[in-house]
Amino acid sequence: MMPAVLAAVVAQNVFFYLIASIMVYAALRVVTSSNIVHAALYLVVVLAGVAAQFLLLGAEFVGITQVLVYIGAVVVLFLFGIMLTRAKVGSEDNLDHDNRWPAILTAVMLVLVMAYAVIDFAGDSEIAVLDQSETTVQQVSDAIFSTYIVAFEAISVLLLAALIGAIVVARKE
Amino acid sequence: MLTPLAIELAYWQETIIKGVIGLVAVLLPTGALVYLFLFKMMSFMQSRLGPMETGPYGQLQLLAEFGKFLQKEDIFPAKADRFVFAAAPFVVLVSTFMLVLVLPGGPDATFIDINTGIYFALAVSSVSVIGILMAGWGSASKYSLLGGLRAAGQLIAYELPLVLSVVGVVIMAESLNLSDIVHKQNEFGMWFILPQFIGFFLFLVSVQAELTQPPFDMPQAESELVTGFLTEYSGIRFLLFFIAEFATAAIFSAIGATLFLGGWTIPFVDANAEFMNYIGPLVLAAKMILIAFLIFWFRITYPRFREDQLQRLAWKFMIPLALANIVITAILKVAL
Repeated sequence: MMPAVLAAVVAQNVFFYLIASIMVYAALRVVTSSNIVHAALYLVVVLAGVAAQFLLLGAEFVGITQVLVYIGAVVVLFLFGIMLTRAKVGSEDNLDHDNRWPAILTAVMLVLVMAYAVIDFAGDSEIAVLDQSETTVQQVSDAIFSTYIVAFEAISVLLLAALIGAIVVARKE
Repeated sequence: MLTPLAIELAYWQETIIKGVIGLVAVLLPTGALVYLFLFKMMSFMQSRLGPMETGPYGQLQLLAEFGKFLQKEDIFPAKADRFVFAAAPFVVLVSTFMLVLVLPGGPDATFIDINTGIYFALAVSSVSVIGILMAGWGSASKYSLLGGLRAAGQLIAYELPLVLSVVGVVIMAESLNLSDIVHKQNEFGMWFILPQFIGFFLFLVSVQAELTQPPFDMPQAESELVTGFLTEYSGIRFLLFFIAEFATAAIFSAIGATLFLGGWTIPFVDANAEFMNYIGPLVLAAKMILIAFLIFWFRITYPRFREDQLQRLAWKFMIPLALANIVITAILKVAL
């Protein structure tokens, strides 16, 4: 028998690859699907996968926030916008845009940069198995309102500016 | 861990038992609400008897309705997106069934006892909007699409006051965990409905709107949209939506009872006693019926809001009120 901690890590790895493969498939379908509503629904699967990965890492609060903000609000707004403007049932022919090659190039370069950053940071060193199984809400809020207070305030101001900007753009003169 | 007969269960056995109890915990209150309020209370308020023929006092009417929906033809509209159309009721139903997971029924009688209980419930409940939009679009019908869009706009608008109305309770209890919130009310010697009556009012109205029940039933306004996003659904698929709606009503009533009415506790009775694990769920069910009574009372009594009135109520009245409630609660929390 394996020790319990080790068994948990193995189970974690199995589920990581299981969820990750579903996410990769769904992500590919987001960009290859010939129906824009289907693409948005595949995006839901990808984002739900991200939430599941956070839960696997014991980051309960972040995982649930992922569901509330991205699935419950962002994708709903996507779907809402699509359905208000163009919501044909069945496939559409002209969904492919000429800019897709630069977009693919950008995506590949982003992956390379991030992969390099992770490998450069971690290298061959093994990541220690943490004793603490989960991050509590208190820890998250303490970190946000002490260590990262400046970044938090900056994001708040940015969001406020975006909000006012959206109202100004939408308002009829 | 609940070990009533002092037997140790393996993890998978416990999971199966919890699954069965979860099913019962969703379906039994749902049936109770439909029978008690939709069949009987609504009939009495409208001076008629309601179903009386099936079984003693019409008690078997529920089974008859169930059988009726089961034997109906499973119809797909010709131009519908079959997969999205078929998947939509299950998305809504899964969101409903996940809600029940965080409800505590006693000191040890919980499905999952997580630190972020109420936050989890609010996040999971917001997923049902996706199912409703899927139903509205997948049906390939104008009525359905309009109903789906109205529903989405309404659910987005009323999710904010719903979340904000709970924050006052969370500040007072210093925890997101529903078990902690229940215990805290017991320590206070006072249910949170007393100090948080504004929160309770906002919670009740938001739940009513989230359920798209009258007076907030613009998405299903039958005089304009047939039944909105449900128009093209028949038989078992319609039944799934119907169960999801009333199950959500039941579970949100239970969550309201947990947040504002002390959950499974009885005043002046030791909350950590072993027997509370068995009485607790019944107490919670009684309080749930109490809150559900209010919800259905409003449902039966009030006429429908117009779309602009509905949005104005959410954005210009309820959200500012909820924010003021949070600020006042926070100030009193620090000052007292």
